[in-house]
Amino acid sequence: MKRSVPLLITAVGGFALIVAYFIPYTEALGETVAVWFDILAAIAFILGGGNLLKQHLKKISDRGPGWGYSGVVIGSFLITLFIGLSKVGVPPLAEFPDFAWSGDFIGIGTPFWFIYQYAFVPLTATMFAMLAFYIASAAFRAFRAKNLEAILLLGTAFIILLGRTFAGVALTNWIDPTGPFAGLRIENLTVYIMSVFNTVGNRAIMIGIALGIVAVSLKVLLGVDRSYLGKE
Amino acid sequence: MKRDTLVWTLLMVVGAAALFGRAVFTTDGMGREYVEAVPVGADGQQIQFQASTYGAFLAAQAADPNQTDIQFSLPRSIGLWIAALFTLAILSFLYGDNPFYRIAEAIVVGVSAAYWMAVGFWTVIVPNLLAKIAPGMIQGWAMPGLTGPEADQNLWYVVPMILGVMLLWRLAPTGAWISRWPLAFIIGTTAGLRMIAFLHGDFLAQIRNSIVPLVVLTQEGFDLSASLTNLIAVVGVLCCLAYFFFSFEHKGMVGHAAQAGIWILMITFGAAFGYTVMGRIALVAIRLEFLLDDWLWLIDPIGRRVA
Repeated sequence: MKRSVPLLITAVGGFALIVAYFIPYTEALGETVAVWFDILAAIAFILGGGNLLKQHLKKISDRGPGWGYSGVVIGSFLITLFIGLSKVGVPPLAEFPDFAWSGDFIGIGTPFWFIYQYAFVPLTATMFAMLAFYIASAAFRAFRAKNLEAILLLGTAFIILLGRTFAGVALTNWIDPTGPFAGLRIENLTVYIMSVFNTVGNRAIMIGIALGIVAVSLKVLLGVDRSYLGKE
Repeated sequence: MKRDTLVWTLLMVVGAAALFGRAVFTTDGMGREYVEAVPVGADGQQIQFQASTYGAFLAAQAADPNQTDIQFSLPRSIGLWIAALFTLAILSFLYGDNPFYRIAEAIVVGVSAAYWMAVGFWTVIVPNLLAKIAPGMIQGWAMPGLTGPEADQNLWYVVPMILGVMLLWRLAPTGAWISRWPLAFIIGTTAGLRMIAFLHGDFLAQIRNSIVPLVVLTQEGFDLSASLTNLIAVVGVLCCLAYFFFSFEHKGMVGHAAQAGIWILMITFGAAFGYTVMGRIALVAIRLEFLLDDWLWLIDPIGRRVA
């Protein structure tokens, strides 16, 4: 019951979608299952939120290190959730003024939009932006041009970086853009690398990934790989 | 107080004083948001406030000093200042771990989790689950525009609801195994969907794109450049695949092909690295532009504050 039923559900759910792709009559079934998947994914967000609450409440209760920050997590979580779910300050849709809950929960000017625009976006964008410094610092420490492979990687990265900057393009401005060596201008070199070598490499990688996913999917659907069920 | 802390505290105080002085005592201004009232709806009875600029406000004031179409927005200005302070708090991590960064980090976690929960609820659970099980109730509550076949009841959707409840059972102290059923459904459907999608969209499409003429003939005759490019593409893909192929030892011809494949892959990784770095640097530039343009009004690259 604890292991057999999940294995059966995995196999039936997966193979139903595969079969639905090949039989036009069952296309609707495939679409329905895909919607069910979306529903479960949305419910998984609730599970994630519940788990977040559970972990941070425990940390506060135990007075663990940094428990004050857990209070900030819970506070910001609950405030955002309340505003988002209860549509605080959301006006009804213009065409349905009698339906108070009909408005867009993230419409411009609503409190939830304010949170998105002035907290979520700047915080996450700055988090990602900071990676520029860490990537550059890690690259400086780790990359050494000590063999041909490393030189190719570094050289390509250098050309691509130069090709996306004004100064980089200005370096090769002296080459005649209509002459026989126009291809050596940094901007043209960048385009050539991206459209030929990068495409070729990515093509092979994607073929490899696709084959890998097919192999893993079949192992899961046929019950060979049961790691997702845990140990018990 | 340590010397380091003292220096940074002084810098912060001086910075805050400069900001305060610039905001209050100079005519340059900074960190203000303006909005424009736009009528919406069929009869134009509802007003929506859309983002405007200080330049548009000055122009409107010059035309009519009593106009109220474009006006200063206190809530959005407060939002702008909060966004700027959050940006600085996150950037402060470049100096080292500090309470400002930790608070901002905690807010990221809390806000992100709640944001995606709310989005999932209003965009998936309400229209795709509740509206299928109880369309009448949802129509009278949050989706008055629900009509036609979309408004038909479909009790099959009780199944994902039950699976959803079983998934949430994971939070309960006992019976965590119950959540394996919906998890199995998610794993199974993901495997089925991904297998077909990758076979069709990646595997077959990439092979199809790799089968190109090695001798390219145009109306002018033999095209050396295009032929060379296609040759590199075909041979390059084969060499990279040879490197990925581990059923033969990489010796002789296979070894040479695999070595060439490594070189091409290194160029690919270099290009990916370059692009990733440039993408992040672009994000840094956007954040700095936000601070210097939107917040401090020190630069005005697109003339938003020119009347």
